[in-house]
Amino acid sequence: MTHVGYLVAGWSISLISFFIYAWRIVRKGKKLSSQVPKDRQRWMTSSTD
Amino acid sequence: MFRDAWLVTKKDLLIEIRSRIVINQIAPYTLLILVLFGFALDADTETLRDTGPGLFWVSTLLVAILAIQRSVDIETSDSAIDRLMLSGISPTSIYIGKTIGLYIQLIILEVMLFIVMVVLFDMSVESYPLIIASAILTTLAISSSGTLYGVIASGLGVRETLLPVLFLPVLAPAIIGATRAFGDAFGRVSSDGWAWLGLLSVIAIVYTLVGMLTYGNILEDT
Amino acid sequence: MQSTEKQEFTTSRGTRFMGISLLIGIPTLLIFAFLLSPADDNMDDAVRLIYVHVPMAIFAYVAIITTGIGSVFFLWKKSRWWDTVAHASAEIGLILCGLVLITGSIWGRPTWNTWWEWGDVRLVTTLVLFLMILGYLALRQVPANPEMRAKRASVVGIIAAVNIPIINRSVEWWENNTLHQKSSLTDGKLENLTLFTLFLGFIVVGISYLWLMTHRFRVGWMTTEIETAGIAELIEERLNEGNSTVVNSQPQQKDGTK
Repeated sequence: MTHVGYLVAGWSISLISFFIYAWRIVRKGKKLSSQVPKDRQRWMTSSTD
Repeated sequence: MFRDAWLVTKKDLLIEIRSRIVINQIAPYTLLILVLFGFALDADTETLRDTGPGLFWVSTLLVAILAIQRSVDIETSDSAIDRLMLSGISPTSIYIGKTIGLYIQLIILEVMLFIVMVVLFDMSVESYPLIIASAILTTLAISSSGTLYGVIASGLGVRETLLPVLFLPVLAPAIIGATRAFGDAFGRVSSDGWAWLGLLSVIAIVYTLVGMLTYGNILEDT
Repeated sequence: MQSTEKQEFTTSRGTRFMGISLLIGIPTLLIFAFLLSPADDNMDDAVRLIYVHVPMAIFAYVAIITTGIGSVFFLWKKSRWWDTVAHASAEIGLILCGLVLITGSIWGRPTWNTWWEWGDVRLVTTLVLFLMILGYLALRQVPANPEMRAKRASVVGIIAAVNIPIINRSVEWWENNTLHQKSSLTDGKLENLTLFTLFLGFIVVGISYLWLMTHRFRVGWMTTEIETAGIAELIEERLNEGNSTVVNSQPQQKDGTK
């Protein structure tokens, strides 16, 4: 396989950024959802999901 | 609508004539930028002439940021904008009026910049109509988006830093077009400068329309 | 309807389904991209970057257009839902744009023998869009009245979306020598497996986008909820202040006062 370095760099940067961002959002969501009353978390019951 | 707009323009220009901020402070800054470019590029006039069209528009943009901030300052100090709204002038008219006011000031600055650049950089012009036409359109794009973005960035306490970040990327395509057109007019680039005027007018029209449609929304709660 | 068991999270049945598909999809895509699909005649193995680069580029544009549409609907309907969509999409769009620029650079080095090519339309367009979205998000970070900020940001969002074709045109005319693969999807030269892997890439990146969007939307929704609740509390406090004896009671300064 040619260009292994470039390939590994490109893919790992993409995947790692995705996972870091996803992890941060989920964690922030956990933190915030404990602060917001259930009845104000409208998407849980609405059809937006 | 246009009579109201003209009133706003006249008011802005009158304030400028009395305060002379643009002439006394912003104009010298323009010249400084050009001189600094001269130093930075080692006064090698051939290089200066090649990059001249680009330098002209980069300087104009930097100066425009200051002029925009000045144009917004007039309104936000002493909450003059509230009184303007109360007087029954529609936000669209205010927008058009302020855009024209900024336009006239920018054109004056550009003429000055142009003369100084032709002298200092020893440039020869091949096509004056092209220079004038592209300057008219590009300046419209700058002043219409500038008036809108000036208000967007105002009243948040971070205007000086926020305005360039919002404003400069939006004008990137206009700068490409204007630089190419000027390059052709100065005989520096072998491209058809007139072809760029189409794109420049699209940009100018789009920004003016978006500005006219949305200015009122933003003004409501400044 | 979803039961109450997992309400401490921004997860729901929909996102869990998407999450599980991603857990299967990403390894599958990797296997196809690195093992099953063949090397390209011209690009050799560098083609394997395309499977992540091109789908991300498409969805970066999708994200910015979504921001534009959300902004228009927000100004029109004054609905917070659309504003939250616009904000969420812009943030994801920024990340996608950034990754497109990085992977594009990495791919360009072995293929075009340069990290950056000013003459390439899509590269420069993406860069300018990246800068615009940066400005949009900078505006959204400024502490201010949420509604005022939302209105202003939506104007910036509309202009960013409107600018996509303008920037594209201008850069294309600017340097008429684009290096980019001209519609490599349609010239029929691609082998079936390559095409399938690219297709798989679209699905995986698409699901990722939707998954991130749903979670980011909910985070954004709750952030505004907390902000507005904070302001409501503050108003209540001020009102009560008038009634009680005002001896040495320093009113709490929150940044929502602006």
